[in-house]
Amino acid sequence: MEPSTLTIHEARRKLRAGELGAEALIRSYLARIDAINPKLGAYLTVTRDSALARAQAVDRRIAKGEPLGPLEGIPLAIKDVICTKGVPTSCGSKILTGFIPPYDATVILRLQAAGAVILGKTNMDEFAMGSSTENSAFFPTRNPWDLDRVPGGSSGGSAAAVAGDLCAGALGTDTGGSIRQPAALSGVVGLKPTYGRVSRYGLVAFASSLDQIGPLTKDVRDAALLLEAIAGHDPLDSTSADRPIPDYQAVLGEGIEGLRIGVPEEYFVEGMDREVEDAVTEAIRVLEKLGARVERVSLPHTKYAVATYYLIAPAEASSNLARYDGVKYGLRAPGGKDLIQVYGRTRAGGFGPEVKRRIMLGTYALSAGYYEAYYGKAQRVRTLIKRDFETAFGKVDLIVTPTSPSAAFRLGEKTADPLEMYLSDIFTISANLAALPAISIPCGFTPRGLPIGLQLIGRALDEATLLRGAHAYEQATDWHRRRPPLAGTGT
Amino acid sequence: MSPRISREEVEHVARLARLALSEEEKAGMGEELSSILAYIDQLRELDTSDVEPTSHAIPMVNVMREDEVRPSYPVDAMLQNAPEREGDLVRVPKIIEE
Repeated sequence: MEPSTLTIHEARRKLRAGELGAEALIRSYLARIDAINPKLGAYLTVTRDSALARAQAVDRRIAKGEPLGPLEGIPLAIKDVICTKGVPTSCGSKILTGFIPPYDATVILRLQAAGAVILGKTNMDEFAMGSSTENSAFFPTRNPWDLDRVPGGSSGGSAAAVAGDLCAGALGTDTGGSIRQPAALSGVVGLKPTYGRVSRYGLVAFASSLDQIGPLTKDVRDAALLLEAIAGHDPLDSTSADRPIPDYQAVLGEGIEGLRIGVPEEYFVEGMDREVEDAVTEAIRVLEKLGARVERVSLPHTKYAVATYYLIAPAEASSNLARYDGVKYGLRAPGGKDLIQVYGRTRAGGFGPEVKRRIMLGTYALSAGYYEAYYGKAQRVRTLIKRDFETAFGKVDLIVTPTSPSAAFRLGEKTADPLEMYLSDIFTISANLAALPAISIPCGFTPRGLPIGLQLIGRALDEATLLRGAHAYEQATDWHRRRPPLAGTGT
Repeated sequence: MSPRISREEVEHVARLARLALSEEEKAGMGEELSSILAYIDQLRELDTSDVEPTSHAIPMVNVMREDEVRPSYPVDAMLQNAPEREGDLVRVPKIIEE
């Protein structure tokens, strides 16, 4: 068995048992990246030399019998929106050309302290704005299950790298579904933690009240392992929650006997693909068979979530992205005769079409005369969406829905109409608006062999129950064990 | 109903956002923003007059700390990304009109 196909917990066991060396593990991934990344476009940067050096150090530690971190020697990929000291961080944008962060994000320091080895930085929609990774300024990422299709987005590079065995696990970010939707479309596990669970220090900001970093992995146990490593309070992020981190792995085996799971009727309406609906309906039956008490719940403001999101997120983005002005870092357009011209030309030349569209939309929604009608209104509807969940979670412990209304779509299929692309996040956006943790896990395949994702949403800070429910379903099925037919592509 | 975004409005918003859009971009942007705002308009169906706005879905409190001198990142490291620098300063074209 190729070491690159191992889950994190399997690789961890083999490293500790001396059945596998850390360097051999890294080399297995590097060989696979060389063979497959040119087709997949999952990585923007591969940190080959530092990964090898780090793996050799791990092998020495193991040989000497030194104490090992929980992720010692585990090769991970990082979405290119998270700052890595000395390694270019582009956010999938031309405007950050040449930018090399002088510091590491908190999640990077935590992963390194746990012993993980960073393999490289993954492709993404520019500034995490998109649902297909086609908005990358460099090249699109392709879906390992069908190279003519998108992997989802915006963390499409991380999802494709995990699905294609180009890393053991990865970090992504999720502002409106950008971890869960690509996880669903690429057939892997993707977890968006509760807002504040994971420090955002060193994460390049898109929409600060919604952004959250989380893991993309091959199974639920791996997601628990990575969450445990990166979660926790950070004095450098004043929005990070000062709350204890449970032993997530310990709860995985507890089962879901008696757990109350809600099915929101608003998520099973027109516009969903039949094959997605069938797979999710069957998954709910499995949860029931495992002892969960399934009942209907109502989230009446669901249909307003996309509209609310497309005011709040662009408004916050228009403010956050004001810093890209050609002065402090990245691109500066030549020939500006004064500073205002430098700003305008740098930003017009450095940002791609979707980022400009959202900056315009956000600036408009915040501008004099429109602020209350648009931004203010959206914040009030956000309250209604949040209350829907509070009511539902008075009755149930978890909510189950599809992750995305369709399986992976073709490259170019949705690029002509921005609104159509926005609607592919229709089932994931609400969890961000309400700050709730949510996970996507594989729950089936379409007749053409494309993965389908099941979403579970939990109470704020209750990732433990979320992981427990996801793990119980996963262990009762074998969707997560399937691998894309990429293996023949050159290894 | 939702206003169509005129060319003048596109130009005004682009000025606020410091985006020197091309003529072609301005034309496309008007269309796209109008269509997105038409979709967003469904929020008007909801009566939110008695609803408080939510800026963060998790309650936030101000975080205070002692105002003590602490080591910071070295100036040189922080200036290494500047497109143009002069000594310890970032260099830009003139700001004040003559």
